[in-house]
Amino acid sequence: MSFVYEKLFGDKKGLIGFCILAALILVVFPVMLDSFRLNLVGKYLTYAFAAVSLVLLWGYGGTLSLGQGIFFGIGGYAMAMFLKLEASSPENTAIQSTPGIPDFMDWNQITELPTFWIPFHSFTLTLIAILVVPTIFAYIIGAAMFKRRVGGVYFAIITQVISVILTVLIVGQQGLTGGINGITDLRTLNGWDITSDSAKNLFYFINCFLLLAVIIASRFILTSKFGRLLLAMRDKEDRVRFSGYDVANFKIFIFCFAAMISAIGGAMFTLQVGFMSPSFVGIVPSIEMVIFAAIGGRMSLIGAVYGTLLINFGKTAFSESFPELWLFLMGGLFIAVVMFFPNGLAGLWEDYGHHITKRFGFINKFFDKSENTADSVELEGSNS
Amino acid sequence: MGGYSYDELGAIFAMQGFAGISLFSVLLLMALGLAIIFGQMGVINMAHGEFMAAGAYTTYLISSLTETYIPAFMPYYFVFSIAAAFLVAGTLGYLAEFILIRHLYKRPLDTLLATWGLSLIMQQSYRSIFGAREVSPTLPDWLMGAYPATDMIDIPINGMFVLGLTIFTTLAVFYLMFKSSWGLRVRATTQNRVMAGAVGINTKKIDRYTFALGCGIAGMAGAAFTTIASTGPTTGTLYIVDTFMVVVFGGAASLFGTIASAFSIAQAQSILEFFISGSMAKVFTLLTLVIILMFKPEGLFASKVRR
Repeated sequence: MSFVYEKLFGDKKGLIGFCILAALILVVFPVMLDSFRLNLVGKYLTYAFAAVSLVLLWGYGGTLSLGQGIFFGIGGYAMAMFLKLEASSPENTAIQSTPGIPDFMDWNQITELPTFWIPFHSFTLTLIAILVVPTIFAYIIGAAMFKRRVGGVYFAIITQVISVILTVLIVGQQGLTGGINGITDLRTLNGWDITSDSAKNLFYFINCFLLLAVIIASRFILTSKFGRLLLAMRDKEDRVRFSGYDVANFKIFIFCFAAMISAIGGAMFTLQVGFMSPSFVGIVPSIEMVIFAAIGGRMSLIGAVYGTLLINFGKTAFSESFPELWLFLMGGLFIAVVMFFPNGLAGLWEDYGHHITKRFGFINKFFDKSENTADSVELEGSNS
Repeated sequence: MGGYSYDELGAIFAMQGFAGISLFSVLLLMALGLAIIFGQMGVINMAHGEFMAAGAYTTYLISSLTETYIPAFMPYYFVFSIAAAFLVAGTLGYLAEFILIRHLYKRPLDTLLATWGLSLIMQQSYRSIFGAREVSPTLPDWLMGAYPATDMIDIPINGMFVLGLTIFTTLAVFYLMFKSSWGLRVRATTQNRVMAGAVGINTKKIDRYTFALGCGIAGMAGAAFTTIASTGPTTGTLYIVDTFMVVVFGGAASLFGTIASAFSIAQAQSILEFFISGSMAKVFTLLTLVIILMFKPEGLFASKVRR
């Protein structure tokens, strides 16, 4: 029992953190917020997938990817392509010169469905594509880079360039991809209306469960031997290599896993928001994903979720009332988090959280118990 | 490429080549600054494009001031605005180093995030001060127009002027970095900070001025940029990725590599643009670079410096 529990949640503290998060997104938000706001939170939580993937890749792996938008985008586009094909059935698109193809293709004088769109007629193949395509793509990038021992700054720049290439490609090939507007006007999933409130609520819960599952899976990876190696690689890569481990393969694995998580987030994004566009692929969203992870704490899986929520709540609140201030604040946050609290919210909680918990006797008792089982390893916030 | 005769192809290449020279000049000036900051100091300056924009806005400001108050000075203002752009961007860079960068030398990936934050702040400042619309200075008459070399080939004068400026700056940077005693100290600091400090070099001061110099050159790139396009708050971000590619592709610490890669990237893009759409030209250029870098991660001209 304790074996499974330590593997999946870290320690008691991790379990409590996990339960609080689960209660927050599964109970508190649905009860407190109306359908519109809940959908908004659902959208934010899809970014959290990318933020969690960056905790693995950057916080623990030490490899900063500025290209999580690539994978988020691939996942989102795969789902959008399926929904678009369903929305543009021959009956719905009878007024087009070529019925049965998406409307933007018709506008761009394309008369036949391009080959790479054809698999997306099938829901099963789409789901497979969402998981497999980003993973393969990440494998190619990762193998090319890590096998040649390219890392750190260069890896960040190259992934960034790839995200730029993908954005330019999507925007440029309007007839094939929907261009700058993206793929819009998505209506049904296997005949089921996805724009209704009940569907959106259901997607919200599916999204939450997937996110929690991803966090557990990530925790499992981090508490395994592989997780230790990941940390060791981050701190002294050469020493791990000299001990006989194939560093490149470990890095490729974590990069592929991170890509897959981000893609799941992207697919859920499309389902909840109802469209996908290149503005979620390029430099800006990719760097924003990094800042979500950084604000939450680059060493904390759960912190990443809070970081994402916090920034996006802030963004929405500020851009409604003071759009000008938001960029200043966001820029300031970037600088502050790097300079003053590199471990983000999770780090602040580690440093100052016990002051708060002391105020509340009953929580204190709760935490005391957990601290008595002291030999459980702390992965959260253990930065060196 | 069917449908064009050899003469026409030659003219197309020449014309696009000259058009590419402006892009080459701006990219090279940007990349020179970045090569100093990134190649020498190891700082990933994501705000580099915004320092360029600072130079461009300075030029715009001086242009409109001159037009309003001393119209007679119009033919000459551009030369002064280049110097002003250098000074303004350099000063901003100096301040940025002092406030921000100097705390982060040991964490290169974090400089990326911090300077990205800086770039957001600078972009929003431009938007608040100059408005979201793109602006461009009134260029003096002698910069306008083109010199008809043959029937089919026109040489744009502003391109030639910018090229001259770029060559001058490149030579100056080369002299400064490799022939002057200051450059010696900069290189010593890069190669071994502790030893450089031990032999009496004020490494902190060197860092500050090196960063300011890099940003100043970006400002000059901004002044040159105003001759080929108009400036908006987000102009810098359009060039930052290309600039990084120039520096990485050329080999981070090699000045010659930077020149060669800026030239090949700008020309490839400019010539391809004629045959396929601009966006596909960019995709092809960047994709080729990424593939080459995957096989040759150290860039075209790798430096032999030990790390």
